[in-house]
Amino acid sequence: MRWITPGGLLRGGGVFGLLAAFPFVERTDWIVNIGVFTLMYAGLATAWNLFSGYTGYISLGQAAFFGIGAYATGITFEHISIGSGYRPFYALPLIGLAVGLVSVPVAWVALRTRAMTFAIVTLMLLFIVQQLAFNLRSITHGSQGVAVPQPTFASNFDRPYYLAMLSVLALAMLICWYVRRSKLGLMLLGIRDDEEKARGLGVRVTGAKLIAWALSVGLTAMIGGIWGYYLFSIYPESAVDPLVMIGAVLMAFLGGKGTLWGPMIGAFVLVPAQQWALTSYGATRLYLIAYAGVFVLVLLLLPRGIVPSLADLVSRRRFRATDRPDVRPTVERVAS
Amino acid sequence: MHLVVQACILGVLTGGVYALMASGLTLVFGVMRVINVAQGALVILSAYLSWALFTHFQVDPFLSVLIVAPLIFALGVGVQLVFIRSLRSEQAEELSLLITWALALGIEGVLGAVYETTYRATNTSYANSAWTIFGYQVSVVRAYAFGLCVAVLVLLYLLLARTRFGRSVRATVQNPSSALLLGVNADRVRALAFGIGVSTAAAAGAVYGVLYPFNPGSHYDLISRLLSIVVLGGLGSVAGAVAAALMMGVVEAVVAVEISPVWSSFSYFVVLVAILLLRPQGFFGARERTL
Amino acid sequence: MSSAALLTAEGLTKRFGGVVAVEDCTFSVPTGTITALVGPNGSGKTTVFNLLTGYLRADAGTVAFAGRRIRRPDPIRLYRAGLTRTFQQARIFPDLTLVENLVVAIQQPWRTIVCRAIGRDDRSRAFELLEEFGLVQLAEARAGSLSYGQKKLLEFATVLMAEPQLVLLDEPTAGVNPVMVAAIETRIRELNARGLTFLVVEHNMNLVMRLCDPVIVLDHGTKLAEGRPADVRNDARVLDAYLGA
Repeated sequence: MRWITPGGLLRGGGVFGLLAAFPFVERTDWIVNIGVFTLMYAGLATAWNLFSGYTGYISLGQAAFFGIGAYATGITFEHISIGSGYRPFYALPLIGLAVGLVSVPVAWVALRTRAMTFAIVTLMLLFIVQQLAFNLRSITHGSQGVAVPQPTFASNFDRPYYLAMLSVLALAMLICWYVRRSKLGLMLLGIRDDEEKARGLGVRVTGAKLIAWALSVGLTAMIGGIWGYYLFSIYPESAVDPLVMIGAVLMAFLGGKGTLWGPMIGAFVLVPAQQWALTSYGATRLYLIAYAGVFVLVLLLLPRGIVPSLADLVSRRRFRATDRPDVRPTVERVAS
Repeated sequence: MHLVVQACILGVLTGGVYALMASGLTLVFGVMRVINVAQGALVILSAYLSWALFTHFQVDPFLSVLIVAPLIFALGVGVQLVFIRSLRSEQAEELSLLITWALALGIEGVLGAVYETTYRATNTSYANSAWTIFGYQVSVVRAYAFGLCVAVLVLLYLLLARTRFGRSVRATVQNPSSALLLGVNADRVRALAFGIGVSTAAAAGAVYGVLYPFNPGSHYDLISRLLSIVVLGGLGSVAGAVAAALMMGVVEAVVAVEISPVWSSFSYFVVLVAILLLRPQGFFGARERTL
Repeated sequence: MSSAALLTAEGLTKRFGGVVAVEDCTFSVPTGTITALVGPNGSGKTTVFNLLTGYLRADAGTVAFAGRRIRRPDPIRLYRAGLTRTFQQARIFPDLTLVENLVVAIQQPWRTIVCRAIGRDDRSRAFELLEEFGLVQLAEARAGSLSYGQKKLLEFATVLMAEPQLVLLDEPTAGVNPVMVAAIETRIRELNARGLTFLVVEHNMNLVMRLCDPVIVLDHGTKLAEGRPADVRNDARVLDAYLGA
């Protein structure tokens, strides 16, 4: 496996080049706004994939760190002058780093459990952080929320946020790509396939999982940070929102978890539809029903996601063409 | 001291209601490795049904259990047959978690569309009366609710311990593949178990509305408690869930009077983290290890 | 026991609930041997393996490896010390390729996690082993697509990647066709000739008698007999245990 292939470079450069050019070509506010949300979810789904997609541990708590990131920026700039232009965004890497590191002990506790229990415990994390946001009034102002001072941009209000989200998404994709090709990635995939066996082969499973977790959480917190600026005010219900979590997971499943491009593709398919539904049915709860419906359809019809299903289709074609009996593209799992 | 004992009484009475909801959740997990995230939403749905029966037809909420529970049972069997059974993928467990979450969203959406987001409560004539026993106040509705939940739990116990169906369920919990070999009709056991599991939510939900005000979004608060309880008790262990529910009910009530009501529901999470550090498999659970 | 023992177990005991799976089990594996661990079904052989390799925690008893007592056996540390095992149901990483399966098993220091998954050295070492095990033409195939016997071979090859001192093989030939059995037997002999010690759980008694010395017989979780294959075969207690007297 080579590090960089010309095809991969072209693909990555092309997609991100087009995405970067988009807000300069299309200036309608509400369209760029949808773009911001799409990139946000693409980033969240990609960050989620970095841990859950590669290790097989389904985390339902990532959105807790999204909220913590939002609060971290909000609270920081409550006390420190926010500056103008792009300056507030420069604090994001620090927030990502700090939240990522702080989350490691939390993950260490959660990772004492496996499979379903892990999923539940991480889901509890979401509720814990939300409750803390309500209760720690001296820091978060409880249900009144934190007001984030508005950074000043000359024009095109949405564009800076769009570009910031795009940068974090690019970073997330880059990290995912790198991890997948590194020894860490091999360890993670081993853990996903059979963790006990990996332990028996000397793979330091806990350390590997914690590194992937910290990376994933750090990226999630950075996205939360941008989102905090974007909305100006941060409330417990909206910062730590189970819907954001389930949305990101759904997108990763739709695109194909464990694949590089899958979560991003999932987000690009679903978010525009979601935003459209929200503006059409926002006032009523029909939006939730539609969401639930799409969710069920995705899980029942495409449980493996778009990218793996397409890859299967392609390899089956090739298989028929070359007719090699020794390498079969069957999907089978050893249950043990 | 008086306050603490009073809180303990309240805790046990509340814990009994949660015990019923949680026992269904953990039973479903034991039989089919599915965590039904919609359990909380089904409680709220039942609370609405019972509220509607009470306001429009003056059916007492404790009687409406007899109508609501069979309805939710049928719904549960339907959900199992249509959605969960068809998850044939290698990660059916994780997918079921998400699909039941989607179900919860759907229920929340439907309830929101019909009833808006205003809080409702089922106000019976006896809602505010209380007995005084040895100087301690015992709310009548809470005592009735506790009694109802204990009665349903006893029924559930008898069903599992004494009937042929119960034997099939226990066999499936202990060893699904052997149970299959011994002629247990796995599909039927699963569908019935799912139906029974959600009807415990229905029974508890019918009286939930008498105890607490609720709105369509209340299910998140409920499911977070229920999930803590089943993890505490050990996934799949009904006895563990009952013990954990009673314990958490008492802890929550005592924290509310001794520390602050604001932090009372947070006590769930503190106990949960403590248990995970000491005994990751919960009180009665077996380690989730594949060896 | 003897000073040349590579692995010793003393008084190993494990209960599951009320059931005693292994009780006061004491034996040793002399350096450079192919020691067999045999016994009727349910005699606790696999449990002993799990206790030795840290997959289960013993209720009582001690394990010593290479002259050092291991207080809390842990699969990761034991592997790094040179003790490794296979599983009864060949356990491999089905979504990884054969080469990747092998490379996972290389002992890596932490700082290498940023290096590329399969370096040049890793690759040549993996191909070396695949060549020896006759799997080289499948190097880039998904391990999940292998036949059962091939998976057993792959698992065997995998545990050799880190050049261990002692390999615990759990039924290396169960469910494997006769040609493959011969191949596995040859591999064990060759590796043993190069100084590798084996502890083998095996049901194929002909193979055990040909290949192993000494042979340890377990029954009801305790050691029933131990010695040269011929002696063990004629031991009355062993016959009783197998024939169920």
